[in-house]
Amino acid sequence: MSLIDLSGNLLFVAFIAYLVATLLFGGAIKQSNATGNNTHIWGKLAIVVTIIGFLSQLSYFITRWIHTGHAPVSNMFEFTTAFGMFIVAAFILIYFIYRMTALGLVALPVALLIIAYAAMFPNEVSPLVPSLQSHWLTIHVITAALGQSILAISAVAGLIYLLKVVDVKKASKQRFWLEAVMYCIIIVVGFVLVTSTFSAMDYESTYTYVDKEGKDRQIIYNMPPIFGMNDYKAVEEHGMSPLVEMPGIINAKKLTTVVWSLLVGSILYLLIRLIARRRISAIFQPLVKRVNLQLLDEIGYRSVLIGFPVFTLGALIFAMIWAQIAWSRFWGWDPKEVWALITWLFYAAFLHLRLSKGWEGERSAWLALIGFGIILFNLIAVNLILAGLHSYA
Amino acid sequence: MENITCACGHSNPYGTKLCEKCGRPLTEEEKQNKVVDMRYDGTAIRSKTYNKSIVDKIWNFFSSVKVGISLIIITLVAASIGTILPQELYVNAPDVSKPAYYEKVYGWFGKVYNQLGLSDLYSTWWFQILVGMLAISIIVASLDRGIPLYKSLKNQRVKRHESFMKRQRIVAEGHVTASPEETLDKVEKKMTEMKYNVRRDGSALLAEKGRFSRYGPYINHVGLIVFLGGVMLRLVPGFYVDESIWVREGEMRAVSGMDGYFIENRKFILETHDNKPQGEQVRQGVNVVAKNFQSDITLYKQPKDAIPGDIDNLEKVRDYSIRVNHPLKEAGFALYQMNYRLNELKQMNFNLVNKATEESLGTIEIDLTNPKKAYNLGNGASVQLLVYTPDFNGFENGAPQTKSSLPVNPAFIFKMTTPETPDGETSFVAIKQTMEPFGETKYKMKFAGSETLNVSNFTIRKDRTIPILFVGGVIFMIGVAIGSYWNHRRLWLQVEPDGGVVMAAHVNKNMFSMKKDLDAVTAFAGLPHYIDQLEKLEEGEESTDGGIKEKEGDNTL
Repeated sequence: MSLIDLSGNLLFVAFIAYLVATLLFGGAIKQSNATGNNTHIWGKLAIVVTIIGFLSQLSYFITRWIHTGHAPVSNMFEFTTAFGMFIVAAFILIYFIYRMTALGLVALPVALLIIAYAAMFPNEVSPLVPSLQSHWLTIHVITAALGQSILAISAVAGLIYLLKVVDVKKASKQRFWLEAVMYCIIIVVGFVLVTSTFSAMDYESTYTYVDKEGKDRQIIYNMPPIFGMNDYKAVEEHGMSPLVEMPGIINAKKLTTVVWSLLVGSILYLLIRLIARRRISAIFQPLVKRVNLQLLDEIGYRSVLIGFPVFTLGALIFAMIWAQIAWSRFWGWDPKEVWALITWLFYAAFLHLRLSKGWEGERSAWLALIGFGIILFNLIAVNLILAGLHSYA
Repeated sequence: MENITCACGHSNPYGTKLCEKCGRPLTEEEKQNKVVDMRYDGTAIRSKTYNKSIVDKIWNFFSSVKVGISLIIITLVAASIGTILPQELYVNAPDVSKPAYYEKVYGWFGKVYNQLGLSDLYSTWWFQILVGMLAISIIVASLDRGIPLYKSLKNQRVKRHESFMKRQRIVAEGHVTASPEETLDKVEKKMTEMKYNVRRDGSALLAEKGRFSRYGPYINHVGLIVFLGGVMLRLVPGFYVDESIWVREGEMRAVSGMDGYFIENRKFILETHDNKPQGEQVRQGVNVVAKNFQSDITLYKQPKDAIPGDIDNLEKVRDYSIRVNHPLKEAGFALYQMNYRLNELKQMNFNLVNKATEESLGTIEIDLTNPKKAYNLGNGASVQLLVYTPDFNGFENGAPQTKSSLPVNPAFIFKMTTPETPDGETSFVAIKQTMEPFGETKYKMKFAGSETLNVSNFTIRKDRTIPILFVGGVIFMIGVAIGSYWNHRRLWLQVEPDGGVVMAAHVNKNMFSMKKDLDAVTAFAGLPHYIDQLEKLEEGEESTDGGIKEKEGDNTL
């Protein structure tokens, strides 16, 4: 087995381990809800499996690093996988400070989804373009990802907090938005399902089109085209033709992916609702009914406190140092830079809001969720939609 | 405004909420509170005290945390709007045609976006005013709260009044069985063991740890102000240079913005990865991935007291290979390789040919950046270059026009003189095009090959604000780390001679760890159990699950 195959297998092992650990965390909570016995055994087992998974993924990271010769954070697949790994690391760190089992029940699925999302991107080893050939790639990207991961734990705590306090039996804004968060999570599952299905079928359709600047280009769809590119012509088409043609400024291929994911995700969501006859938030609510809210709030606040300096260092200061070396200016208002600044401003506002009374507990939990939303926007939308200097993937 | 005299006899400045000496609540509001507001330790905050004059009002506006947060949020939203469409800086079109570009590519939305100035949002006056207001807010709020807080924490008394202690979040009351002195000794021993700084005053004890962490936010604010100040210094002439030059291979040019320096571009190198394209690379139609962009250059410097422009006695400074991520640094300047053009025409060769016999009378070599006026071929044959347009784009009033000074599409008007045609014949020659404006000629200029070269684009940058920005960044990081990773823990203890005990504790964040310390000292010194007044309050309000614990909480869940 070559090193890169070994690396891939290690990542797979980690994925399975996180999956098992999630179930074990669920078991630990069920046990403690029912009898209170065996909680410690289940909980211990869960964290041990989590750590095994983390070590396995760390080995993936190191072996891939050795194989490619650079830190494996240089494209969408590598970065997002690493982001998932750091979330698990941040969870383990916070777990050993606060020993809260319920965190695992949310943190691990989040990490799983992020790694699954990463796996939808090409995972071939690609050589580095000149601007990425620098030690600052390692320093800047890893620190920034680590900061984001620790901040993500506050969203995990926030979500559990809301699952406990929001009354899912009474109609309210809170109930609506909490369910909306759940729906978004299911949409990501939808994306993973639809992408892996069509990729397993080796689906490919090729079109030529005219881009927004009037140049002729070619594009390959990996999903049956719902939307066609501007002035498209089929080169090699399978299954179906595009239903609607899009103007040049819209990337119809990406729009197709989004719509497919929404479609499959929504069907999945409806199925769950039909089978369980409950809201998804209501399914999870019993699991978190005994968590300590004060402690959750503290975890949410503390993870922002721990993550904020790391994020500042990695995503702003190291970023500026590298930008000065590579691009001759430390700041250029590139979309990725702006969104890093927005994330930073947002968490600065979060910290200042805690100074005012009333912005603790539930409000703080909502803010933590919005913060994670901004982080994900910066990861997904800015890279894939807003073109800029950071569009490496 | 007069001072407030507390029951303990201490005279406090107007606006004080908790007596500086004993901690008794002084305002009606604080007297009503079950748990006092310890954010600034109850000191007189200017903005909370005065609101009469215009200065007060402005001061209060900028010192308000609410205003500060609003400014942060407005800045955040404004910044995000600037990312909807690419900023002008990143639009690949000449400056004048940028508005047209927005309309052409993004339709009416692009037009409006551009007209509102959103396509250059970050340099608009209003965005800069926003950042300026944020800076003022940071300064004012820090002065407003930081100084009183510092004074108050510096002059802390050990002994506090009961009414202060009972209004803390953590309170314990009861009796100890051991003697008061022994209890105090034990607490002092345990707290010292846990790295607390312990002071005693008769029957009172104050244990304190990590006070410096309270200054973290103020330190990081100083860092931010230094940083923003550094950014503003750029506007001062001499602090910031940003120039750009194109240098052809083999050419030497004065370095713009860097007086007395000359750069010679010896060679531009483009290397590509020799991997087999696969996966995403194929999908995006990218056949090669660049591996290296490099300009091998030599930097020269004029000797001292040389006349500007005199390039005869240049001193070599050094050879260097400028690559991405590896700028050349010299005398506070940095030279970056930012762009390149491959295979620019450098030289074109023509043969003077007799149309009838195809006989060549010789070859002329035209240097396209520096063409000669006349070329003598010997034997009475010569060619004069009447007109040269480097980037020909048509005639105007009979004269050929050029679009730019770059040799992209060279065109020439030659006058050919041979023994056979002593008066000379005129011919217009461009790429794939010949014209004989004054009648048919016997001779023609026949294209005989060309030479190309590469051109490198260098950015010359000097930024003397960088050290200031760096210092600002370091101060910020130190402040934010202090404020985030440490916390200020205090424990007040009062043991009466009859064994009556009042204990109170305060921590600015991370109550979880404070409680661990409290558990340890309570067990060690046999103190009464403490209660968390906030937790009690919350449970009183909620009282949802009956199973919720008094003080530890179900931490395993």
